[in-house]
Formats: sequence, C-alpha cells, structure tokens
Amino acid sequence: MTDSLRATDPGPVPTATSPWRLRVAMLREFWHGFRQNRGALVGLAVLVILVLVAIFAPLIAPHDPIVQYRDAFLSPPAWAVGGRPEFLLGTDPLGRDMLSRLMFGARYSLAIGTFVVTLALTGGVALGLLAGYVGGWVDAVTMRTMDVILAFPSILLALVLVTVLGPGLLNAMIAIAVVLLPHFSRLTRAAVRVEKDREYVTASRVAGSGHLRQMLVTILPNCLAPLIVQATLSFSNAILDAAALGFLTVGAQPPTPEWGTMLADAREFISRAWWVVTFPGIAILVTVFAINLVGDGLRDALDPRLKRS
Amino acid sequence: MLRFLFSRLALIVPTFFGITLVAFIFPRILRGDPVLLLAGERGVSPERYAQLQHQFGFDRPLLVQYLEYVWRLLHGDLGQSIATKNPVLHDFAALFPATLELSLFAILFAVILGIPAGILAAVRRGSIFDQLAMSTALAGYSMPIFWWGLLLVIVFSNTLHWTPIDSRIDVMFYFPTVTGFMTVDALLSGQPGAFGSALSHLILPTIVLGTIPLAVIARQTRSAMLEVLSEDYVRTARAKGLPPRRVIGLHALRNAMVPVVTTIGLQVGVLLTGAILTEYIFSWPGIGKWMLDSISERDYPVVQGGLVLIAGLVMLVNITVDVLYGLIDPRIRHA
Repeated sequence: MTDSLRATDPGPVPTATSPWRLRVAMLREFWHGFRQNRGALVGLAVLVILVLVAIFAPLIAPHDPIVQYRDAFLSPPAWAVGGRPEFLLGTDPLGRDMLSRLMFGARYSLAIGTFVVTLALTGGVALGLLAGYVGGWVDAVTMRTMDVILAFPSILLALVLVTVLGPGLLNAMIAIAVVLLPHFSRLTRAAVRVEKDREYVTASRVAGSGHLRQMLVTILPNCLAPLIVQATLSFSNAILDAAALGFLTVGAQPPTPEWGTMLADAREFISRAWWVVTFPGIAILVTVFAINLVGDGLRDALDPRLKRS
Repeated sequence: MLRFLFSRLALIVPTFFGITLVAFIFPRILRGDPVLLLAGERGVSPERYAQLQHQFGFDRPLLVQYLEYVWRLLHGDLGQSIATKNPVLHDFAALFPATLELSLFAILFAVILGIPAGILAAVRRGSIFDQLAMSTALAGYSMPIFWWGLLLVIVFSNTLHWTPIDSRIDVMFYFPTVTGFMTVDALLSGQPGAFGSALSHLILPTIVLGTIPLAVIARQTRSAMLEVLSEDYVRTARAKGLPPRRVIGLHALRNAMVPVVTTIGLQVGVLLTGAILTEYIFSWPGIGKWMLDSISERDYPVVQGGLVLIAGLVMLVNITVDVLYGLIDPRIRHA
C-alpha cells in the first residue's frame, strides 16, 4: 500500500507555505476570476494588439508618420471616392498618411499612460504611506493638500500647470500626474490606516523591523488590490487628459502624431474631411475603452467586495 | 450631529487657504516678469516699472502680499481683468449662468436617461439589455468628449443640418438678459422662435457634456440597485406577494438612490472639467471658455480669480453633498 503510493508520488509535496507556489496559486486564482469576465478578456486582447502595434510601428506602418506627400493633401480613405490605395485611411491636411500616424500615435498614448501612472502611483503611494503610517500633522498637511488638488477641475489644473511649466508633452504628463496623484494617496492612506493596527504588523514590529521595512515590506503589499484598480483607471484617464491637452494645443506639439494633437490640427477641416477627425478619436476611444474593460475585470477579480454583479 | 457638521465645515478653512495659495503662487512662478508681460511689446521705462511693481505690490514681502491678497478676496475683490477692464467677479457673474444652464441641462439629460437604464439593467441582470446598456455606459465613460462633440457636429450640423454649430442663440434674436439663462430669457422676451432657437443650440452641448455623467449614473444606479435587490427586506416584500413594480419602485429604489444622489452631487467637478472642453468646441460663452481664453491671452487676474471661484464652488458643493449624505445616513456620520 505504502509502496504503491510511493510509486505514483510526483515528487515533493507542494506546501502552501512555499512563497513561490503560493504566489502561483494566487495568480491562478486571480486569472480564474478575471477569465469569468468576457469583456475584460476582449479588452485585454485589444490592449495586447495595441501594444504590439506600438512596439512594431516602424516596421508595420506603411509610411513615415511625418513625411508630407505634396501630391496627396486630404486624400480620402482608400475605399472612398477619390481615395488612393497607398493611403488606406487617407491623408491629413499636410499630406501625411493617417494610418501611419495613428500607429505611431499608439506609442505616444501608451507611453503617456505608463509614464503618468508610474509618476502618480509612486508619488501618491509614498505620500499616502507616510500620511497613514506617521499620522498627526504629516497626515493632516498631506491630506489637506490632496483636498486642494481635488478641488480644481482636473483639466483646468493641468492647463494652469502647463502654463507655468510651458507647453509640451513632458510637461503635460507631469501636470496630469499631479492631478491624478491624490487618488492614489487617499487610497493608500485609507488602506494603511486599516492595516496598521492589525496583528501581523504588530508582530513584525516586535520582531524588530524598522519603520521603512514596516511601511514598504509589511503593510504596502496588503494595500495593493485597490491601487492596481486605480492604476488602470488612471491609465485611461491619463490618455484622455493628455489627448484633451493636445486638443487644446498645449500638450504634445506638432508634428508629433499624438492623437489629441492630430484632432486639434484636423478641427478646421471638419466639414471637408471627416476622416481626419474621425479616426484619431476612434483610436482614443478604443484604447481607453479596452483599458477600462480590463480595469472592470481587474476590480472584480481582485476585490470581490467591489464586484458589480 | 453638530460635531459631524463642524468637523466637515472645519475642512473648508484649510482647503480654502490652499486654493488661494495656488491662485496666489500661480502668476509668481510663471516664466517672465508679470509686470513686463502686462506692459506688452512696447516695454516700460524703469520709473514706470517701479511704479507698476509698487502698484501690484510685488515690492513687498511675499507673506504680506499673500495676506493682502486673501484679505481682498474675503472682501469680494478678485482683481480686474486686463482684457475687459471689468472686475473679475463681474465677468464671472455675467458668464456663469451660461455654464450653469448648460450643466443643468446636461445633468438632467444624464439623470433622465441614466437612472431608468440603470434600474432596468439591474432588474434584468444578465439580459441583452443589461449587457448592451453597460457596454454603452463603459464606452460613454471612455469617451474623449472633445472628439464626441466634433463627431456630433459633423453628423447633425454639417451633414443633416438639424442643429446649429455654436453659441447660445441665433444672432437675429436680441433681448435683454434677465436671468442669464438663455431659454428662460427667450421665453420672457416673448419673441416667436427665440425659445426654440435657444433650445436647439443647447442640444449638442448638452449631449456632449452629459455623456460621462450619464455613464457614471447608469453604472452606479445598476450596482446600487443590485446590492439593494439582494437585501432581506426586498425578499420579504416579494414574499409578501407585493407586485414587482412596487417592490422595485418603492422598497428598493428608495434605498438605492442614496449613493446615486451622492454620485450626482460629485459630478460637479466632472461637469466643470467637461464644460471647459464642451464650451471650447461649441464656442459657448461660459466660464470654461472664459478660463481657456484668459489662459491663452495671459489675463492672469482672471485666471487667478477664476481658479479661486471655480475651486471654491467645487469644494462647497462637495462638502454640501458630504453633509447631506451624513444627514441621511447615520452610518457615515459616525464613521
């Protein structure tokens, strides 16, 4: 009996205490939850395609995004009357290929989202950790500052910050990060205040861990779920806000093929060339929609309490 | 109760000072000397420069300047516009009704469509309607509204010629401003066609500005309804044999509305952000366009004053919503 058991033994018995295996199990559980949400899977697929397009834009784009074809100003999409096959989605007022610009635009939008979220997340989490962990006046000053930032309509504050810093994509991204930062710091602070008095934190303190270790190693990992969801939301907000600033001509500057900036350039041709207005907007909408679908799925999978259905 | 009220009201003070600090610092950290900017391309003599510096108080210590600034603010003096030479408060008061009218229409649009859609989606959870409505809501939530506005203009103004493109009313109508609400003033003027013209100018901006609140309200209503529908008292009401209409309309809806009303209140900040873009697209003469123009024309007193007024407004509305929520729901009060 014992022998037959031993014969089929696949090796060491996996234990729940092995951290690596635990992590794999958690990831599997998460994926199981995420997979339930069909919308989230669609969003993820679209997002993967967008990332691939962004990475391989120089290889797959049919034209250089800033080369102007002097013989093809405002050429309609290939299938429309007067369209040319080499410009699948038509050309813009300066004779640049729309499709290529849109493909390169994906690079900007995804980079904007990544940069802004990284900045806002790092800053917000650091401030929130500090406020929640230290408490007292540090907490009061930090949180009141966040209240002030939240009192301004986001685009207005971003506009004012860009006015101070000067127009341009980098400054626009910094401004948007500042505007999005309070959401992260509030979430982190709230979570830290709940976790701080839990027994495992006391235990780790008794075991002799310092403040920095307490904050970053003991408490922070247990506050991650809402932060991941917020990061996804902020990612889509960052793309929208950056496009809005581009549209208001203070974001990315021409000839950058950023989608919002492309819309700003296209605005005066709205009655003559529908394609220069339509396609960049669809690109923004599809990207943001896909990210929000993933965000909904993440929220449902990571935090059953927040589950919508 | 009073303690709750005071604890919330006490938050106004530091936030207000924070807002004024932002507005105060803004022109002082701009690149370039504000006095030289004011002087324009002609430049100024050193004497006149010193005089202007003194006039704006730039030669005094920063703390004194700040305290003076706040003192003047508290007395209703927000400075004077460089472009119009009017007091900032005067221009704000003249333009604010346009934004308010548009915002009210937008929130009405969002509530009228969003709440029924959310209720229906929750009641028929999992149905095709639910899936369609929630996908549309998420798409609306993901909408770059400045593009949405352009798209609607292409379709409804340029192609179908159903709606006008910009401003609040046809130029052929002229009547005195009474309330500042174009629809109301048009009715009061008694001119035939004026009301219709004002209304037709509102359609597209209302849809554009209302889209994101509509999506948020529909989603929030659905999730609040779902939560309430699974409660024991709803099951009891059903078990008693009450008709579904009554269970949903009376028992469930009332409780589900608490978070929804809060959500609506908190849309004010979203609306003002949206108003900036919407007014830009439709040349709507409200405070959003006013701020944009002032920023691009470097009319700093207006930007400063506008920041304080707009942020102050958002803060007051948020705190009111917060307090009302606490009044309705004791759990919030004692949290």
